[in-house]
Amino acid sequence: MVEPVLVWRRLVGAQIRSQYQYRLSFALDLVGNFLISFIDFLAVLVIFHNVHRLGVWTVHEVAFLYAMSSISFALTDLLIGHFDQFPQKLRDGNFDILLVRPRGTLFQVIASDFQMRRLGKAIQGAIILVFALETVHVAWDPGRVAMLVVMVPSAIVIFSSVWVVGGCLAFWTTDGGEFTNAFTYGGNFLAQYPVDIFSSWLRRFLCYLVPLAFVCYFPALYILDKPDPLGLPRLLQFTSPLVAAAGAVVAGATWRFAVRHYRSAGG
Amino acid sequence: MRLDWEIAKRGWRRYAAYPWATVAGVFTNTVFGFIQAYILLAVYRHRTDVGGYDASDTLTYVWLAQALIMTVYIFGWNELALRIRDGSIATDLARPLDPQRYWLAYDLGRAPYHFIFRGVLPFAVGALVFHLHYPSPQNAAAFVVSVALAVVVSLGYRFLYNSAAFWMVDIRGVMIVALTLSIFLSGMALPLAFFPGWLRDVAHVLPFAAVMQTPIDVWLGKHHGGALAGTLALQLVWALVFLGLGRLALRAGSRKLVIQGG
Repeated sequence: MVEPVLVWRRLVGAQIRSQYQYRLSFALDLVGNFLISFIDFLAVLVIFHNVHRLGVWTVHEVAFLYAMSSISFALTDLLIGHFDQFPQKLRDGNFDILLVRPRGTLFQVIASDFQMRRLGKAIQGAIILVFALETVHVAWDPGRVAMLVVMVPSAIVIFSSVWVVGGCLAFWTTDGGEFTNAFTYGGNFLAQYPVDIFSSWLRRFLCYLVPLAFVCYFPALYILDKPDPLGLPRLLQFTSPLVAAAGAVVAGATWRFAVRHYRSAGG
Repeated sequence: MRLDWEIAKRGWRRYAAYPWATVAGVFTNTVFGFIQAYILLAVYRHRTDVGGYDASDTLTYVWLAQALIMTVYIFGWNELALRIRDGSIATDLARPLDPQRYWLAYDLGRAPYHFIFRGVLPFAVGALVFHLHYPSPQNAAAFVVSVALAVVVSLGYRFLYNSAAFWMVDIRGVMIVALTLSIFLSGMALPLAFFPGWLRDVAHVLPFAAVMQTPIDVWLGKHHGGALAGTLALQLVWALVFLGLGRLALRAGSRKLVIQGG
């Protein structure tokens, strides 16, 4: 278990050092990523310029959801965002190279690219989290602090699982990579808002089947001590880590199934 | 003219070559449309009008915006910048057709493909689920004109920020600022009707609204008679301004262009 982590650190460390060589370019990228991710939050503020509450949620509570989803998604993007370019490897036949190396293929794809500039988005999320925690009322106790700490890694695993399962589609439709965007970028968009405002069919599909409600909504209900407007069992508010673990298992199985069906394009 | 037509056909064909990409894109636009539609509908639980838009106006806006994303290519384009960086621009400049005219023709071939294959289907799905507004025949005709002008404004803008590559090796920073401005101020992120009054007024006089907000307002029939003609004329003005600036940038850039090796 330790060895892959060491290999990953060496591979990623080398990439970070190389990106740091072009300092101005790197700084501009970081700032740019920071800027563009503010658009989504500006949209939240503009919406709340028109209403005091979205459903039963105040702007501070939505800012909390927004910040937690953004931080988790930005870190997921940092870890495996280059999965978007992975179909290219299938198209040009370079996936063959991964198959003959003595490491797992999923591990190799994950370690193949690491863009530090994506950290800009996480910084933006962190700033909004500070704003949200300053203004929202939470009766902090050990349970709530623990939930806040567990939320981010669970969300990262959920988002990553969605990304990997979506990426597997590329094994069958080589130029259909954009399908995944609906669940990754779309998933982040959805998780930034309270899921009770969506209609029930969309919730069934995008909040429970694709378990995006477990990214922010359920844990946030517990932290904010809000009665669930959907009236679902309170137990669900504690299950995000379990859902994340299940997601990882499904993602791993889907990946192995997809790789077995890989047909090289030559090259 | 005949040459422009041939280039336009290439623009169409390049995107028509990847049908699965089109299917995937339609699916993604549709999912985003639903998410945004329900978020904005939640606003109408508390009020019936936002900046002159009723709930149906807003839903129509959401689905038209998803339908137009690819047509007006709002999420960034860097092909010209890449050609400047790798030196291919030298070949382009040696051709008897200048690069701006080439890309304009190419884009006017690409846009109808995206309008039909990326636009119609997401909108149709939205129309099946929600109650949307439909234009009168005159407004529908004006909408098509307005979308065409929006494509030219967008290409003019994209050409301009791409030509920054004549002066810097990596334009990613410039591009991301250019995108931030256009996505937010065009009305892509949210209808301008939702903006606070002063910001809405500012956004309406800036060129970005001509790319998204204007065509959709034309569809919704928010402009009549003289005002409608004025809106389309303003789009035309922005198109000419961006194309003019792009031309100046191209001329200044090619004068200082140094191609390494070859």
